[in-house]
Amino acid sequence: MSEDHSGRIGAIHRELHSHLPSAPELRVKALESLLVEKGLLDPNTVDAWIEVYTEQIGPKRGAEVVARAWTDPAFRDRLFADGTAGITELGFEGWAGGHLRVVPNTPAVHNLVVCTLCSCYPHAVLGIPPNWYKTAAYRSRAVRDPRGVIAEFGDAIPDDVEVRVWDSTAEVRYLVLPERPAGTEDWDVARLARLVTRNSMIGTERDLGRLVGRG
Amino acid sequence: MSEPEAALLPREPKPGSTVFAVPWHAEALGIANALIQSGMYSQVEWANALAAEIRRFAVAAEPDTEETYYQAVLAALERLVGEKSPETGGSLVTRVEAWRRAYLNTPHGQPVTLAAATGPAADH
Repeated sequence: MSEDHSGRIGAIHRELHSHLPSAPELRVKALESLLVEKGLLDPNTVDAWIEVYTEQIGPKRGAEVVARAWTDPAFRDRLFADGTAGITELGFEGWAGGHLRVVPNTPAVHNLVVCTLCSCYPHAVLGIPPNWYKTAAYRSRAVRDPRGVIAEFGDAIPDDVEVRVWDSTAEVRYLVLPERPAGTEDWDVARLARLVTRNSMIGTERDLGRLVGRG
Repeated sequence: MSEPEAALLPREPKPGSTVFAVPWHAEALGIANALIQSGMYSQVEWANALAAEIRRFAVAAEPDTEETYYQAVLAALERLVGEKSPETGGSLVTRVEAWRRAYLNTPHGQPVTLAAATGPAADH
C-alpha cells in the first residue's frame, strides 16, 4: 500500500469515527465506570459538584440569547441565519464546539434536542450537559418517544403540535428557542432571561408561562 | 504548592469563557472531589499529587495552558486511584481500550455501552 493511499484510508477512518472520544475523555470514562462498578464513586456526587460550577455560567448565557431573540427581531433573524455568529455577537463564542443552529418553538412545532451517540451539546451557551442528557435512556428514548420523555419532565405536548427531534453531532449543535410567554410584553431582557430554563433550551420543557407570575 | 482547597477548584477561567472548556475537565475534577468526600484520599494528598503532576508537566516543557492543567488533574487522579485501589488502577488500560472499541463498534444513532466492546459491530 502506498503511503498516499494509507493516508487517505486514515483520513476516511478518522472521519467515520469522528465521534470517538479523545484519549483523555476515554481515560476519564474508564476511571469513572470502574470506580462506580466497585462502589467507590457515587456519580451523583460528581454531578452535583459539576452543577455548582456550571450553573454559574452555563445556562445563563443561553437564557440571555433567548431573551434577546424575543425582544430584538433583527438579532433573532441573524441568530436563525447563523447561530454561531449570533452568539458571538454577545461574546459567547466559547470553544470549538461545532456550528450552532437555533430551532424555534412555535404554536405548531416543538423541538427536542438529543445526542444519540454521546453528549454533543451547545456548551458555549448551556455549559456542561446535565447527567440525564448523557444517559442511554434519554439518548434512545428521545428519538423513539419524544412526547413520553417530555411528559415525564412535566409538559404534555398537544397532539396537534408536531415534535421535531434534533440529533446533535460534533459538527452541529442545537439550541431550542422557546416561545415567549404571554404577559411579558413590557419586560426587559434581564427579567425575561430569568424566565428561561436550561431544559426549555434543550426542549424537555415547553411552557414557560407558569413562571411568569414569579418573574 | 497549591493550597488543598485551591487544588479542588476549577482553574480560573479567562474572562468571557466558560468554567470548563470541555466536559472531561469538569468530570475529572468532579471525580477527584467526590473521592475526597468518600474518603479514598485526603484533600492534602490530592493537592500534593496534583502539584507533583503539574511540576512534572512543567519540567517536560508542556505549555502552561488550561489543557495541560487538566492533563495533570487526570494524571494525578489516575495515580492516586492506582495507589488507593490497585485493582482499579490495574484495570484502567484494559477499560480504556474496551470503551474505545465500544465507540468504534457502535453506529451513530445508537447509545454506546460497554457491551459493544466485545460484541460484533452493530448493523446500521
